[in-house]
Amino acid sequence: MAAVTVRNVTKSFGDLQVIHGIDLGIEDGRFVVLLGPSGCGKSTLLRMVAGLEQISSGEIVIGGRVVNDLHPKDRDIAMVFQNYALYAHMSVFDNMAFSMQLKKMPQAESKKRVEWAASILDLTPYLGRYPRQLSGGQRQRVAMGRAIVRDPAVFLFDEPLSNLDAKLRVQMRTEIKALHQRLSTTTIYVTHDQIEAMTMADVIVILKDGRIEQIGGPLAVYDRPANLFVAEFIGSPGINLMRGEVAAENGAPVVKAGGITLPLPQKVAVNPGQKVVYGIRPEHLRPSGNGVGIGAKVMVVEPTGAEIHIYADLAGKEVCAVTQDRLQLDTGDEVRLVPMLDRVHLFDQATGKALVA
Amino acid sequence: MAHATQETAVRTNVVVRALIYTGLLFFAGYYLVPLYVMLVNSVKPLDEIRQGDMMSLPALFTLDPWYSAWSTAQIGVQPTGLKPYFINSIVMVVPAVAISTLLGALNGYVLTKWRFRGDGIVFGLLLFACFIPFQIVLIPMARLLGLVGLAGSVSGLVLVHVVYGLGFTTLFFRNYYDAFPTELIRAAQIDGAGFFRIFWRILLPSSGPIIVVTVIWQFTNIWNDFLFGVSFSDVDSQPVTVALNNLVSSSTGVKEYNVHFAGAVLAALPTLIVYIVSGRYFVRGLMAGAVKG
Repeated sequence: MAAVTVRNVTKSFGDLQVIHGIDLGIEDGRFVVLLGPSGCGKSTLLRMVAGLEQISSGEIVIGGRVVNDLHPKDRDIAMVFQNYALYAHMSVFDNMAFSMQLKKMPQAESKKRVEWAASILDLTPYLGRYPRQLSGGQRQRVAMGRAIVRDPAVFLFDEPLSNLDAKLRVQMRTEIKALHQRLSTTTIYVTHDQIEAMTMADVIVILKDGRIEQIGGPLAVYDRPANLFVAEFIGSPGINLMRGEVAAENGAPVVKAGGITLPLPQKVAVNPGQKVVYGIRPEHLRPSGNGVGIGAKVMVVEPTGAEIHIYADLAGKEVCAVTQDRLQLDTGDEVRLVPMLDRVHLFDQATGKALVA
Repeated sequence: MAHATQETAVRTNVVVRALIYTGLLFFAGYYLVPLYVMLVNSVKPLDEIRQGDMMSLPALFTLDPWYSAWSTAQIGVQPTGLKPYFINSIVMVVPAVAISTLLGALNGYVLTKWRFRGDGIVFGLLLFACFIPFQIVLIPMARLLGLVGLAGSVSGLVLVHVVYGLGFTTLFFRNYYDAFPTELIRAAQIDGAGFFRIFWRILLPSSGPIIVVTVIWQFTNIWNDFLFGVSFSDVDSQPVTVALNNLVSSSTGVKEYNVHFAGAVLAALPTLIVYIVSGRYFVRGLMAGAVKG
């Protein structure tokens, strides 16, 4: 149990700087997900917390202790790797007991801990087996078992589910979350999968090119993205974005984009002539039945069961609208789309920053 | 119709197979003839060989040539047989193989898992060692052995073979460990294992196939080496290859071909045994890089 603080940490490989001064405070017991596209520095950041990678400058504090120069084994952390990293020549039991054996813990105690971890993870029948005799999901559980027997202050997960098939991934996602709820150990979890991040995290940290783009709860980053990058990265199907210019129409602010007029809420703090990006998530772009709204031409209709995804051509731009109504639409049909005013996002074209609406 | 085609297919298959097997048997026989000649003539009395038929089976079976080659034949000054030289070879080859394999494994471990600035150059230089002909290093090596006081000793030969074999053993282990997941090393680090413990507990237990390959390679090369043996050893530290040469090419007295044959088989026996015992792993180890797992 410990809080983790990352203070102005940078990392360079030679002349190439990959982490640019990251500040991050993680409260005790939180499940924090580092999310970002590949190459954004999330794994590097995790490895620096683990002590597998030297930091170039800054400070990493775990449980009130600066750990910059501490060996990984002295940082009171445990890590789960993407490819499980199990010792192939050791049984499941020995895999889990290895760290305690190195610490010269009494055998009875280490046995007790392995059995405890095995019972939590449903691994008791497999303790005598070797990793090659286990399925992918079981191997991943062994890797987790190896982490929890140490009773560390912080769990570090480096894309632990990306080697599993889709169904198992969903199942393991739930298991990891349940494990966290049971142990309440501070957890830092790296992934590039936004669904994993959204479903598991207390706090999501979105990274890009070695910088933090936004920190917030799953719904906060979804509902109030701080910038264009976060808005585009989170959400599937992705947010609809249209570049345009603020204008006044009948005394109300609107955005003119490519010949169409997009409505804005009344009290938005923008000036006419301002260059903006207008963002609206697919589920907030409603097909209307009564002839109001912006005309668009249906290109593709994808029923997913719970809802229908409508891809339409809106003044030369492809947009997506999601509805739960059972609309009868075909390719080529005219559809009128109405953005929900209180869900409109506005971003500055030059900086990409959200303009608070 | 289909039935008929199928039968033709089977028949051609049989013919082709017969041809292939005949060819294979021919080549197998061809390569086994020298061994046959050696074995057959090593159990004949000398008179029988003198009659000129090398290929015939012995009329009178005797193990005397073997006994003679092992313990009584005149090699150098003393009638000692190959025995003391055989022991020299074992005393030389066991530590030389063990040390060069271990150092190769350590080198491979460092070059793949503890990368440092300039590691590529170090590896390149080690690799270069594989291409240096024996003859080039003879004189510098003799000088070096003299300087460290190991000239003419078995320990000196061990040193020479370790140094010379390091390039190969490093190459083998580096390539093997290159495919070894680095995450395992990281996991072991977090578990609290240090540099050497990771090597002993994690890496070496997973290195079975490549250890076998390296040991076979080093054992055959060192056991069969003649040049270093003849250049750097004294009378009492000569390996068996040199002694065999002295036995066969001694210019006094009668040429005892049967003893020579027996001696040659004796000198080749250890490498033969190593191949038979671990040849299976040898092929498996060589393929290990190609087919993962």
